Parts: sequence; structure tokens; C-alpha cells
Amino acid sequence: MNFWEYLGSRHQQLLADAFQHASAVFQCMVLATLIGVLVGVVTYRTEWAGHLATLTTSTILTVPSLALIGLLIPVVGLGVAPTVIALTLYGLLPIVRNAIVGLRGVDPDLVDAARGIGMSRPARLLRVELPLAWPPILTGIRVATQMLMGIAAVAAYASGPGLGNEIFRGLASLGSKNALNQVLAGTLGIVILALLFDAGYVLLGRLTIPRGIRA
Amino acid sequence: MRESSVAGATIELENLTKRYPGHPEPAVDNVSMEIRAGETVIFVGPSGCGKSTTLKMINRLIEPTGGRIRIDGEDVTRIDPVRLRRKIGYAIQSSGLFPHLTVAQNIALVPRMTGWSKPRVRDRVEEMLDLVGLDPGDFHGRYPRQLSGGQQQRVGVARALAADPPVLLMDEPFGAVDPITRDHLQDELIRLQRELHKTIVFVTHDFDEAIKLGDRIAVLRERSHIAQFDTPEAILTNPADDFVSGFVGAGAALKRLNLTRVRDVEVRDYPTVTVDTPLQQIFGFLRGSGTNEILLLDRRGRPYKWLRRGDLMRARGSLARAGTLVHDTVTRDATLRDALEAVLTDNAGRVAVTGRRGEYTGVVDMETLINSVHELLEADRLEAMEAQAELVEARAQQTHVEQEGHGGEEKA
Repeated sequence: MNFWEYLGSRHQQLLADAFQHASAVFQCMVLATLIGVLVGVVTYRTEWAGHLATLTTSTILTVPSLALIGLLIPVVGLGVAPTVIALTLYGLLPIVRNAIVGLRGVDPDLVDAARGIGMSRPARLLRVELPLAWPPILTGIRVATQMLMGIAAVAAYASGPGLGNEIFRGLASLGSKNALNQVLAGTLGIVILALLFDAGYVLLGRLTIPRGIRA
Repeated sequence: MRESSVAGATIELENLTKRYPGHPEPAVDNVSMEIRAGETVIFVGPSGCGKSTTLKMINRLIEPTGGRIRIDGEDVTRIDPVRLRRKIGYAIQSSGLFPHLTVAQNIALVPRMTGWSKPRVRDRVEEMLDLVGLDPGDFHGRYPRQLSGGQQQRVGVARALAADPPVLLMDEPFGAVDPITRDHLQDELIRLQRELHKTIVFVTHDFDEAIKLGDRIAVLRERSHIAQFDTPEAILTNPADDFVSGFVGAGAALKRLNLTRVRDVEVRDYPTVTVDTPLQQIFGFLRGSGTNEILLLDRRGRPYKWLRRGDLMRARGSLARAGTLVHDTVTRDATLRDALEAVLTDNAGRVAVTGRRGEYTGVVDMETLINSVHELLEADRLEAMEAQAELVEARAQQTHVEQEGHGGEEKA
């Protein structure tokens, strides 16, 4: 069976896996974005807090994904839980860092002007600082998504959802006639998903970055 | 229809002080002043003198460490700063427009925050754009980066005035635009103020701007100490001390040019010939004298043409065709500033000076001007040094007396 025949016979399974993969990454990204931006908002105004946030999240990133998921299994069990936790944690660093950089990069004169015309602290954050910091935050989200696409494959190790199952199955049966096809299909599927997501972000950027600050 | 706008409010500063932790000296030290309703007051002083800090304490962008601020009699030192700032317009140097919002959205910010209805906000935005001289239809939907510096500044002022605050604070609002635009914006502000009668507090380091805009000027020295707080005329004619006169005198060289006439300085004597001089003689003259150029006068002695050595050759000896016509002259009554203008625009950097009937009396060029300005400034400096010396002597005597007094007290 060549690769194309393999795809033809398994497309339903593959599509289901791809959908689950995308869905897992998407949901974890939403979670990571919410947490990441929140952490950024809380920490960007103090030097040490910002450092601490960036340092913590980058420390998480240095833990090998397989090890992290393996360590999570005894705590939260198999399946979706360790996948979601691991992916969300990994997604944090680019978002937190870019949120802090973006919020700190807002022209202090503008913040001064916002205060001067009588905007309260929450209004300043929501109407001025976050919109202006949004382009770098969106970049962080893009980078994080690319990363999670690959890491999500490892989640299959903990019986998680997604295209990783395909890859692990192939790796486990190396030598059998479909092993290579399985690994290839899983890997290519992830690459294609990543590209689709990226296109989605470009579109999102077009829609959400105001024309006045678009590069 | 223009809504009737709120006129200005009084502002009283009472012993206003700002100390920063870790600095032994306060940044603003015990400032008290009264600003009348509808008055434009300019804070002017060298950079770092605390004028901006003082301004920002009025809307409590910087919280004072001591003292009191009263606006229209109400003590605002303790009220919610956000509420306070919505009653005070604020315009800053870089215009402070939010780049992600359109012009209309920027202007609408404060009225919307104060809870105006949507149609009222929309009308107000149009009205404000109109007020600052921008066509609402054209500028409404633009983003700040699509505007020139001057237009941004206008929108900044429109935003500051949008909720019709009685007080307008302006922190070097025209500092970052080119001189021509600045001039326009200043004129606009004067026009606006004639219509609106707000209480405006305006910070600048440009004394000329202060003179142009201010009803009264507060000249501030370090730590925001008021060196003089008076009308522009009074400050110009009667500066309180040498600090103020020093500040007024900044740019003295150019101001001097306005006060001095060509007649008062030494002009240069240029080699001249008249149209009646035989050609042969002119040739000889050009060859014999060390100069490259002579001035040809017409029959009535008026400057007619500049003749260079090669000109006659090229024109094959015809005076009618040779040389370049004199197209600009200055009279002896012209100011040095006019003369400088003429010298700068002349392509060879010299200009003929004429007497009452247009007759030639001399030539000024860059060198003449530079020399005379140097002499004038030197004279000014000597005068100032004498005044300074007198002052130091007077102070020394005063300190002497004070110390003596102190010593006496301690002993007692």
C-alpha cells in the first residue's frame, strides 16, 4: 500500500484525529491566552514580577514534553487532563513574554494622556494599553500555537487525542508495512494544521488590529 | 448650532509642594498663585525648573506632597482624581492621540466616559472638529498617523475641550511642530480662547510663545519658584531680577537685530564706477584694484549693476549687457534684521545700502553684520556684568547683615 492508498483508506480516522488535534490545540491556546495575558497584565508594571513571570514560564518550557506529560499522569490520570494542562503550560511563555513586552512598550506619553483625560485604571488597560499591545500579543499567540502543534502530538503518549496517536502507532510497529505511512500521515497532518492555523491568525490580525496601528 | 460653553474657573494653588523620595530638595517648592477665571497663564522657565510638574499637580497626574489646589473655590486635593481630570482638559506635546482610534473616537472619549448620549457625542465631535478648523467630513474617520503634526495637535486640543471643561492644561503642546505650523496653532489658540474664555494654564520654555499667548506669565526658576508673575508687557519692560531679564534676553542676538538700524553700524565702502566712466578706465580699475567686483552706479548715483572681472569680456565690452542688475537694496533706516534678510537672499551675500533718494552709501555683507552684532552683544554683556557686580555686592552686604544678626541672637 503506498502513501496515497493509505490516506484513501484511512481518511476518516485521519480527519477525526486531525479535528481532535486542532480542537485540543485551539482550546488550550484560548486557555493559555487568557492566563498569559492576565499574568502579563498583573506583572508588567513591576520589574521583578515581570522577570519572575517570564522566568517561571521559560522554566516550564525547558521541561521535556514527554517527561512533563509522564509526570502528570500519576497526578491527573490519563486522557484529556494531562494533555490540556501540559499544552496550556507550554503555550504560556510566548504569550506572557509578549504581553509584558507589548504592555511595557506602550508609549508612556499615551498612558499619561489617558490618565490626564480622566480614564480610570481599568479603562486605560482595556481601551488603550491592551489594544496597543495586541499586535505583539497576537505574535506570541502565533508562536505558541506553532509550538503546541508539535507538542500536542506527544499527548498521545498519555492516551490524549490527536494526530500523535497516528505517529505513536507507526513508531510502535516499525517494520510493518504501514508504519512509515502512519508516521508520515500524522506528521504531515500536523504541518498542514499548523499552516492552516497560521493563515487563520493572519486573518485574525487583519480583523482585530485597528487600521491605525497596522504595520 | 453651537452649545453654549462653560467659561473658565479660578485656580488657586496654595503652598503646593512636591518632594520625591531620595531627593533632599523638593522638585516644586511651596508654590502659591491665583489664576483668574478665563485667563491664560503661561508657566515659562528653563527645562527642569518644575513647571511641568506644577502643571501636572493641578490635575493630580502628579500627587502633591503638600499644599492645596482649589478650582472654583472647591478643594480638589482630596477628591477622586479621575473625576477631577474629566473636568480639566489636558493637551500634551506629542498630541497624545491614541493611534488605534480614529479622530472621532479620540475626541469622543471623554464625553462618552462622562455618559453623554450617543447623538450628543456625535454632534459634539463634529462641532469640535469644526472649532479647531478641520473639516469634519474629511477628518472624522482618519487615524492619527494619517494626519500632519499640526493637525494632530488640533485634534489633541479638540479632544481636551470635548467635554467642555472649564480648565485647560497644556504641556508644551506646540513644542514638537515646525515653526510655521506652531505660529498658526498659536493664532488658532488665541482665536479659540476669545470664543471660549476657558482658564488655560500653558507650559512652555519659549518666551516668545509666552509673550504671544499669555494674559499673564509666570517666569519660574528652579523648584518652580516664581521669579515674576505679571503681564507680558510688565515683564518685558520691567523684569523683576536678573534671572527674569536673562530669560527675556534669551535670543538677544536676533532681538538686537530688530532694535538696531543700518545707519547705526559701519557699512563697507565698495569700489564704484558710474555708467559714464569710460570703459578703458573700468578695465583698468578692475585690473588695478585688488577686488573682483565693482558696483556700477547709474547717472543719479544709484546702485545699478554688480560687475565682475570676467563680465565685461564676456559681454564684449558692452556695459549694457555686462554684469548682474542690482535688484535688492536696503535703506539706511532699515533694521539689521531686514539687512540680514536681504543678505541671506542675495546670491552673492551682499546688499547695497542706499540713502534717502536711493543713492549709494555703502554695502553690507555677512561680515559687516556679524561684526556689528558682536559689538552690540559685547556692549550688552559688559552692561550685564556691571549690573551683576552691583547685585553681588548688594547681596554680600545683605548676607553680612543677616549673619551678624544671627550671631547676635545665638549669643543672646
